[in-house]
Amino acid sequence: MHPAPSIIAFSTFSGLGLGLLFWLGIDATAPTGWVAFAFFAIGYALAVGGLISSTFHLGRPERAIKAFTQWQTSWLSREAWCAVAALVTMGIYAFLLVFFDTQVSILGWIGAAFALATVYTTSMIYAQLKTVPRWNTVLTSALFLALSIAGGALLSGRVTIGLILLLVAGGLQALWWKTGDARFKQSGTDLNTATGLGNIGEVRAFEPPHTGTNYLLNEMVYTVGRRHAQKLRMIALVLMLVLPVLLLLLPYPHIFGLLALISHIAGVLVSRWLFFAEAEHVVGLYYGMR
Amino acid sequence: MTQLPEKTDRKMGLVIDLDTCVGCHACVVSCKGWNTENYGAPLSDQDPYGADPSGTFLNRVHSYEVQPENGPAQLIHFPKSCLHCEDAPCVTVCPTGASYKRTEDGIVLVNEKDCIGCGLCAWACPYGARELDKAEGVMKKCTLCVDRIYNENLPEEDRVPACVRTCPSNARHFGDLGDPDSEVSQLVAERGGMDLMPEQGTKPVNKYLPPRPKDRLNEEIDILAPLLAPVVEEPKGFLGWLDKTLEKL
Repeated sequence: MHPAPSIIAFSTFSGLGLGLLFWLGIDATAPTGWVAFAFFAIGYALAVGGLISSTFHLGRPERAIKAFTQWQTSWLSREAWCAVAALVTMGIYAFLLVFFDTQVSILGWIGAAFALATVYTTSMIYAQLKTVPRWNTVLTSALFLALSIAGGALLSGRVTIGLILLLVAGGLQALWWKTGDARFKQSGTDLNTATGLGNIGEVRAFEPPHTGTNYLLNEMVYTVGRRHAQKLRMIALVLMLVLPVLLLLLPYPHIFGLLALISHIAGVLVSRWLFFAEAEHVVGLYYGMR
Repeated sequence: MTQLPEKTDRKMGLVIDLDTCVGCHACVVSCKGWNTENYGAPLSDQDPYGADPSGTFLNRVHSYEVQPENGPAQLIHFPKSCLHCEDAPCVTVCPTGASYKRTEDGIVLVNEKDCIGCGLCAWACPYGARELDKAEGVMKKCTLCVDRIYNENLPEEDRVPACVRTCPSNARHFGDLGDPDSEVSQLVAERGGMDLMPEQGTKPVNKYLPPRPKDRLNEEIDILAPLLAPVVEEPKGFLGWLDKTLEKL
């Protein structure tokens, strides 16, 4: 699948921002005043920035508002609703904390739940697709949620729980890669089922429909960079897990905590790039590719 | 509305005969021709006369080589367009309700005025039947020529999809696959029509007729042949000596 920068940025940064909002929402002793303002500003900048960036890949962004209508069947529509619900609820919660030094915990909990629900709906946009076997698993949702909460913990300065969540997220990432490599084969879809010609003999794509490229090949049969996938996986894992864990174990949590966070975000960006670049859509079979 | 209808009154669709398709791509051209100037936005091309041409097509013809265990390889031309699935995954993922499946005839359509061009429906389709038009920014797909098949301004023989009307080898058939007595349903029953990627659970309406078994050339044709003396004999004389000598070297 084509790794569109707008989608990579959206899912990484909004996941991080919503993770931060989640922790602020469930915090029994949430910050107030200007400290709260700073925290919420960062959370909103990331979450809203990510959401806005996601509209850049639309063919007709001016009609984006229509995406709220089909929540009964569409995960993309549900994501839109959850995001608005999370941002509005957390907005009121933040407003009371910043300007009135008042914590309405129930609002925080509801906002936190919607923040996680938004990350979950984002993950389901990918996990629901049978056509992309690598994505079509509950592990995808688990990975997105773990990365969001772990990143949020780092961003909100929670060192101990952040360390644990980093390890959980790293483990899920490794498991997702390991099982993902076998999932296309397990899906049972191959050129035989795609063409229905397998009972005659061995099927081989002989001639594509056209000599040039097309939308399908650009969007769903993106093969550039797969050859470095193993190296990039190691780089991603070192940046998002190993380096942050080592940095967090050092003293002076403010400086090293910031470095850990930057390293983690860089790692998640690499991992998210691979999430798309490595994903094979079954339509590639018709073109004799994966 | 992106909820799929529980059932449709009719299941209009295509039956494509892989045995008779000659791979001429006439259906591709007629499809592009009709659909670029009728229903919805035109099917644009990018850099059509340049070094790297590409464009939006609703129907494309692949070719596959199938190598049986015995005998020569077979070349099979394989036209592919929207299969108007009963459980169309492209419809339910649409966030805006632009994609829908019609209750009256089961045709899957895109209301282009509602399409935001997010591309999720194209991701959800296993067959590559949907293409986002680069110029218009909206999703394009086969409409089963909805603007021909009910069009009373056209002569009756033209009230079929453009690809069916144009096919010179009669490899494309159009009709109601929900009616077991229709010509297309009978054709499917007779020839063992099949679904593409049945394991994806999309329940495609369009069916493909597999190629008929080929004749075998290696079987004995003339019953008298074994009784006749072989025409080719071993060379004698000088040529015989040369043959043997060269063999020994």
